[in-house]
Amino acid sequence: MAIVFDKTEGLLDKPFHYCPGCTHGIIHRIIAETMCEKGILNDTIGVSSVGCTYNNYEYFSCDMVQAAHGRAPAVATGVKRVHPDKFVFTYQGDGDLASIGAAEILHSAARGERITVFFVNNAIYGMTSGQMAPTTLLGQVTTTSPFGRDAALQGYPMNVSELLATLPGAVYIERVAMNNFKNIQTAKKAVAKAFAVQEKGLGFSLVEFLSTCPTNWGKEPVESLRWLESAMIPQYPLGVFKGKDLEV
Amino acid sequence: MAKKVLMKGNEVIAEAAIRAGCRHYFGYPITPQTEIMHYMAKRMVEVGGAFVQAESEVSAINMVYGAASAGARALTSSSSPGISLKQEGISYIAGAELPAVVVNIVRAGPGLGGIQTSQGDYFQATKGGGHGDYKNIVVAPASIQELYELTVEAFNLADRYRMLVMILGDGTLGQMMEPVLFRESEPTEDTDKSWALTGRGDRTEHNTVTSIYIEPDDLERKNNDLQIKYARVAEAETRYESTDVEDAEIVITSFGTCSRICKNVIRQAAELGIKVGMVRPITLWPFPSSEIARAASLPSVKAFLDVELNAGQMVEDVRLAVNGQKPVYFLGRMGGNMPTQKEILDRIVAIHDGEAK
Repeated sequence: MAIVFDKTEGLLDKPFHYCPGCTHGIIHRIIAETMCEKGILNDTIGVSSVGCTYNNYEYFSCDMVQAAHGRAPAVATGVKRVHPDKFVFTYQGDGDLASIGAAEILHSAARGERITVFFVNNAIYGMTSGQMAPTTLLGQVTTTSPFGRDAALQGYPMNVSELLATLPGAVYIERVAMNNFKNIQTAKKAVAKAFAVQEKGLGFSLVEFLSTCPTNWGKEPVESLRWLESAMIPQYPLGVFKGKDLEV
Repeated sequence: MAKKVLMKGNEVIAEAAIRAGCRHYFGYPITPQTEIMHYMAKRMVEVGGAFVQAESEVSAINMVYGAASAGARALTSSSSPGISLKQEGISYIAGAELPAVVVNIVRAGPGLGGIQTSQGDYFQATKGGGHGDYKNIVVAPASIQELYELTVEAFNLADRYRMLVMILGDGTLGQMMEPVLFRESEPTEDTDKSWALTGRGDRTEHNTVTSIYIEPDDLERKNNDLQIKYARVAEAETRYESTDVEDAEIVITSFGTCSRICKNVIRQAAELGIKVGMVRPITLWPFPSSEIARAASLPSVKAFLDVELNAGQMVEDVRLAVNGQKPVYFLGRMGGNMPTQKEILDRIVAIHDGEAK
């Protein structure tokens, strides 16, 4: 019988450790598939960060380096300056990228560093068990905003894509969501476009994935996907924030 | 052809690094080491390397981590408060066993302290600084010529042991000018870097660089391996200069620029009929404990005097090495001040006459 679907070579044959209903696994798969489809798997170096995906160097089959919390864009800068002809990506969560790594992401974008950032926003710290993130929604209950995030006490959610899109060095910024098949297809196209931007050496590219965290949200997987759509997308609208007219 | 030129210490570090094959520099401005950056900003363009002015010391050391993991000879430089910020990355570099070179042109602390010379970072450099059980090789040059030679050597040592090598200078060394004789070519070693991240290319397995070992047994094994490596480094790479110890009554221990003041005092003491020798550690880690212990065991040696630009840091390692065999005295200046020859000589005379406290 003909094989119509197979696991991508961009991922190693190792089971994911992610919780049921978490979309990290799908994001990993579309990045890995895109590297294979573009034929760049053997020319790519990825940077793992700190959070639930700290060890995704055990999943991606390209060369991988593990970075300290928030520092992945700085590490990627070092790698890219040594290998300007290779593809370099970081894979970071919202605590890592938008909180402790705020300086690193802002300045790598400002420098127009020719790297691709995959930014997974699930509005919470997953690995450390559900604390408030810079991206946590107003009213959202977390272990460190137990009465719901209150703007007067804890400030407002941070829209990273919109913020970075103001910088000339950032040439392609798109926000996508992992809540349904159609949006996942859009997400995969965004991954391909981000790599294409890097291939042409145009500058900094970032794809923000709205993702789920059923465990720390305290919701069933299906309910989580619904919450992503009803609560997260209004705060974090989908679309291309920079590079709409880019031909790559 | 080898050529002799008059150069500032900070610029010599930068030129030596380039001569050693370093093509990746990441830094952030801070006095008194900024000339390293200025020099690199120009020279890296000339030699086709990469110069990145990072947004912070934290980022600069993480850029070094990235460049080192990609197989390059990478350098960052700073001064004390900036080195405190780099400690995160330094611990990760030790954990991931990456070769890298970090320069600390030490200024006076604590806190923002001052911008004048100091040796107040001895503890931070030799006892850890960041989290976890690890060691860096720490070299302490005393002249511009030695600064040049040890900078080249730092890159070789870093590659040979996949370790971070810190060049521990001080404000005086970074800022002063002295003649330096550049060799025709540098004794750079070719090290196997098949572990580095280059993109898989034709490799069947992917390369990974990490410092995390989530299973306790794995992590303990990793730590044991590191300790075995450090013991090997201590065995092979301990360096010091030992002068007139054999018939000395008093042995001075001192490192870096401070040891040069002591050298003059040795001559002055001889004129007064007091025999003084000196052990000058060139590597602060590994520390030349056995040479100091040997000096302590000599019947002619009556006492030690440790002289530093701090409140007494290396003196703890000297006391451990002497192990109670002989009294160890300390003389230190702080805040950017240096001891005068007279201060040191007065202390030598007091020790000799049995009047020192």
